Amino acid sequence: MKTVTLTLTNPSELLLEGQNITPDNFAGKKTAEIAALDVWEGKQKSPLGKYFTIAGDGGATAAETKIVLLGDCTRVKRIGQQMTAGEIVIEGNADMYIGGWMKGGKVHVKGNVDSFCGIGMEGGELIVDGKAGCHLGSSPRGEWRGMKGGLIRVAGSVGSDTATFINGGTIIIGGAADIHVSTHGEGGTVVIKGDAKGRVGGQMVKGDIYVYGTIENPLPGFKMVGEVEQEVDGEIALFAHHIGDLGERHPVSKGKTVYANLYTRL
Amino acid sequence: MSELLIRNGFVFDPLQGIKGDRMDIGIKGGKIVETSALNNPKTIDAAGMTVMAGGVDIHSHVVGPKVNVGRLFRPEDKLFKSPHKRCSRMEMGSSVPSTFKTGYDYARMGYVFVNEAAMPPLHSPHVHEEIRDTPIIDNAAMPVFGNNWFTLEYLKNNEIENNAAYTAWLLRATRGFGIKVVNPGGSEAWGWGLNCLHIHDPVPYFDITPAEIVKGLIETNERLGLPHSVHLHCNNLGNPGNYTDTLDSLRLAEGYTPKNDFGREQVMHVTHLQFHAYGGDSWKNVESRTKEIMDYVNAHDNITVDMGQVTLDETTTMTADGPFEYHLRAGNNLKWANVDVELETAAGVVPYIYSPKIKASTVQWAVGLELALLAKDPMRIFLTTDHPNAGPFTRYPQVIAWLMSRAARDETMKTFKWLDRTIDATSIDSIDRELTLYEIAQMTRAGPARALGVSNMYGGLAPGMDADIAVYALNPGDMPSDPAGIEKAFSRCAWLVKDGVVTVRDGEVVSEPAKRTVWVDVKVPENAQVQRDIYEHFLRHYSVKLDNYSLFEEHLHNSRVIEVDTT
Ligand SMILES: [Zn+2]
Repeated sequence: MKTVTLTLTNPSELLLEGQNITPDNFAGKKTAEIAALDVWEGKQKSPLGKYFTIAGDGGATAAETKIVLLGDCTRVKRIGQQMTAGEIVIEGNADMYIGGWMKGGKVHVKGNVDSFCGIGMEGGELIVDGKAGCHLGSSPRGEWRGMKGGLIRVAGSVGSDTATFINGGTIIIGGAADIHVSTHGEGGTVVIKGDAKGRVGGQMVKGDIYVYGTIENPLPGFKMVGEVEQEVDGEIALFAHHIGDLGERHPVSKGKTVYANLYTRL
Repeated sequence: MSELLIRNGFVFDPLQGIKGDRMDIGIKGGKIVETSALNNPKTIDAAGMTVMAGGVDIHSHVVGPKVNVGRLFRPEDKLFKSPHKRCSRMEMGSSVPSTFKTGYDYARMGYVFVNEAAMPPLHSPHVHEEIRDTPIIDNAAMPVFGNNWFTLEYLKNNEIENNAAYTAWLLRATRGFGIKVVNPGGSEAWGWGLNCLHIHDPVPYFDITPAEIVKGLIETNERLGLPHSVHLHCNNLGNPGNYTDTLDSLRLAEGYTPKNDFGREQVMHVTHLQFHAYGGDSWKNVESRTKEIMDYVNAHDNITVDMGQVTLDETTTMTADGPFEYHLRAGNNLKWANVDVELETAAGVVPYIYSPKIKASTVQWAVGLELALLAKDPMRIFLTTDHPNAGPFTRYPQVIAWLMSRAARDETMKTFKWLDRTIDATSIDSIDRELTLYEIAQMTRAGPARALGVSNMYGGLAPGMDADIAVYALNPGDMPSDPAGIEKAFSRCAWLVKDGVVTVRDGEVVSEPAKRTVWVDVKVPENAQVQRDIYEHFLRHYSVKLDNYSLFEEHLHNSRVIEVDTT
């Protein structure tokens, strides 16, 4: 694996659109070619090298390419967007859309990220050591085919509208979640180790949600059906099992109606 | 005056019966002229290429409120489909492209005239604002009449003269082009939660049937002598077994002959026929009934039709057929919009995915192509996808390749999950016919221009006509060449000259000549009763005042008016 190090030495005045910062785009390129890749500041297109000091060459393939970002990337968006393999480490914060539409590989953000991170994700891993904003692991605006696979792990709290239209994959949140979790969900798993504010599983048809803390405003569309012991993220715990959203249509599989499951820790 | 000479191309002009002769086309002052009239023209070398008039689309949903609803509620239709690239204006979207992309993409395909298929009269200002913002292509828009309270009341009482006066007033008020009829009576019945699936189902309250509405509108149209005929979206769209209702609708034209000064030969245009040619009684046993439908169409000269070809894409359906969209939504559980437009019409919008993995979609695909391949007279069947209902207009080149090449059809059929069942339910596999470039020219410019009554300006290459000329990098000597080559050539024309201005070169838009709004202004005798009825309805039933209803002059962009005098 070869490592390319990007140090933000000349920060942009406007937000920077960094969708070209992916192992896929860096693979097979020398330092100078990487520095020539496009980034957009507003409507102005500039070479990556205008903002970043770049060291190292890309690997032969995306899978053999690692990108390390140094400096304050709080205003750099779309890092790792649509990546299929390889690794990105962001040593501090990053802006919106980090790891959006990821298909594979790994993104590790050591600080906080803003909204829309991991949206439309199909595979790979997005690890955030700090907090995340709204629409984490959601479907892109208007899209009814949401997260299909992969893992998103956020150590801190997250904003609203997590996992909208989730179809598959796993999202594990160490802290609290704001309103709207797995709205319209049709699969996948969301684990909230802190508290949830409300509207958890609204119009959810299928899939699982685990909440370890309290749900401030639980939805009336979920009905408790029993207690179960389950292994979640490597530990076994006892949960109250609810099914729902009973106000929504539900698929039937082998003669049995399929419901979404909401587990709250006892 | 700028002069151009398009030299040595293989020219296809069905309006003049020119079938691929090597000819030169002269252009002067935005019009086609005899080459002898040129002094010092710039030359376009079209040697080895196909030359046709600019394309004419008889039925496409490109401007107005329901199109914009599609744009607004499908941001995902634009995702990663708005590339950062050099262009005049922002292009985005796929099944419901932005106004700019609509104009540019039509131009790239060599089209110059697009007839908006359904204008809700109340929202005509929006339609005209979007026409203004759609570059290059000339547009007309047809107001919908088939569920309009005035129309229903006049026709119920058989007051054709009054209905004609009202129609003339509404065409002027909306700067409209002709009489569109969508699910006659059915969209109004939808206001009661009902529908008119058959042509003799009465419309609630109005106590009139779809059959009476259609016949009354044909009589109105021919009394006025409009350039275009009644343009009908039949009842019972999209339902298995509907072909009998379609045949019933087609028969409504029997006994009527066209009366107009525009060269139009039909009294009824039936649109997106593909959606109306199904047998069976459910999607499980749906089958093609194109033979029955086309036997009828082939035998009746006073009817024209268009395909409504399914292109097997993800798209956005949108129609004034409110009940249809409601039922479609119940099938796929996706987001939807439905509106009622006061005294006039309704509309709905639902995303839809036609997939080679779904039998219903592949049967629909076969049905559309069969219609064109069974047609005896390509001057009476036109290439459409009912954009964006059966697929985006940007797929016309693919449809042309399917029509021109059995190999292209076979290639696509190989991707079908239910190929055997599709073959059993249709006749597509038994049809070897491959259309010629001349027939494609008939279906995409000459035919639609004649049916719209605009063949003195569009759709042909005779001196005096608009200098709208498309040059395609296709050598007719190689036909049928490889389907990919046909598709590529029709996707990006080598040259488009619009109004004598080079607009597209090597598939890229290089200029934006002024586009026009084409509409029809009919003079009718003073009609005090109709004036009073209009005044009364606006006073009692409309949410807007009469003075605010008619299009303000500043909404009308670069008007090209077709005048009709009945007095
Ligand atoms: Zn239509």
